[in-house]
Amino acid sequence: MAGFDKVVASYDEAMAGLEDGMTVIAGGFGLCGIPEGLIAQIKCQGTRDLTVVSNNCGVDGFGLGVLLEDQQISKMVASYVGENALFEQQLLSGELEVELTPQGTLAEKMRAGGAGIPAFYTATGVGTPVAEGKETRNINGRDYLLEPSITGDFAIVKAWKADRYGNCIYRHTAMNFNPMAATAGQITVLEVEEIVELGELEPSQIHTPGIYIDRVIKGEFEKRIEKITTQAATL
Amino acid sequence: MALTREQIAKRVAMELQDGYYVNLGIGIPTLVANYVPEGIEVMLQSENGLLGMGPYPSESQVDADMINAGKETVTAAKGAAIFNSAESFAMIRGGHVDLTVLGAFEVDQNGNIASWMIPNKLVKGMGGAMDLVAGAKNIICTMTHANKHGESKLLTECSLPLTGVGCINKVITDLALIEIKDGAFHLLECAPGVTVSEIQERTAGNLIVSKKVKTMSFA
Repeated sequence: MAGFDKVVASYDEAMAGLEDGMTVIAGGFGLCGIPEGLIAQIKCQGTRDLTVVSNNCGVDGFGLGVLLEDQQISKMVASYVGENALFEQQLLSGELEVELTPQGTLAEKMRAGGAGIPAFYTATGVGTPVAEGKETRNINGRDYLLEPSITGDFAIVKAWKADRYGNCIYRHTAMNFNPMAATAGQITVLEVEEIVELGELEPSQIHTPGIYIDRVIKGEFEKRIEKITTQAATL
Repeated sequence: MALTREQIAKRVAMELQDGYYVNLGIGIPTLVANYVPEGIEVMLQSENGLLGMGPYPSESQVDADMINAGKETVTAAKGAAIFNSAESFAMIRGGHVDLTVLGAFEVDQNGNIASWMIPNKLVKGMGGAMDLVAGAKNIICTMTHANKHGESKLLTECSLPLTGVGCINKVITDLALIEIKDGAFHLLECAPGVTVSEIQERTAGNLIVSKKVKTMSFA
């Protein structure tokens, strides 16, 4: 491996350096656009006491939900965790800490973290439990909360196609949080469906430039669907 | 007679205007898409990153990479755009979405809304609701007027943890269309067959009955 070539050959290599107590930012919305193989690798490595930042925490038995099975997550930062019985159980028993964060604030925290912005003001959450303990400032007659940004020791990201420099594109709504997560990791690992030749991706159509990416691995994806809704079903 | 979920959605749909970008929440708000009045065009925004949400797919069109904010498989309409979550919430927080329709547990006469958390009962999270209510200028809240025990959801002051402060200006329930302004509920329309006194009985907050109160129509 030389120069800008980010491709690694194994999942061990992809997640090398992940240690107990670290913060991992994960892309995905529900089960859509999640780095399935990287999550499986974290489960396999058995890393514990993780803080995981992701919009959701998977479902029982799939996605980030599998990391709950051996209590590898000690803190979860998410906007919505309603699809997961084990999550609720560990939360109620006190094994798991959760920081519920509005979805737009969560996306912006990752974006800001990756862009070197330490905090930002937003109207979201003013006057709600989210505002507790946070600085409020009135700007032009409206109250705003100061929200600190987020960075992670690792970011795990799923894209559709990447070249070996890590330039990548996402497919449909599997984009979601992945581009922001990609910018916010000390080490960002990209799991893709396909690795293409340099030059195959049109430079102006790249979603995430390779500068944010440290490692690229080609994965196999189950792509489980949470709710299959079809026209036939609605008739 | 109290309105059905479909009738509530139908009444909300009459508030749509040609050229509106609209975000529809989960539940009754989702049904609004079925009743867009003829002759107008609206574009649906789904906060996971889709502007121009189309109908559910046929079985052969189902694609795991194509979902809405309710995590249901959907299609993209012709002329749709797909983008990341920060971009999606820039649209919402920047006030670019013309109308937001969402459900609630409680609304109070100062326009506060509680929709995401019942302490010691429900641990789910707020998703995008706090961003939507803070960012939209025009919000319609849909819900049943009272809960299963007959207790009003239109209160003097919300009792549950808030989603947003002073942000709701219109509520459409199974009994009435109500505007919120100057610290009071203003009754503008009654559902067909529902009397003003019935609505007064089921509204715990300060309800001002407009002189022009009329019976809701759907055309």
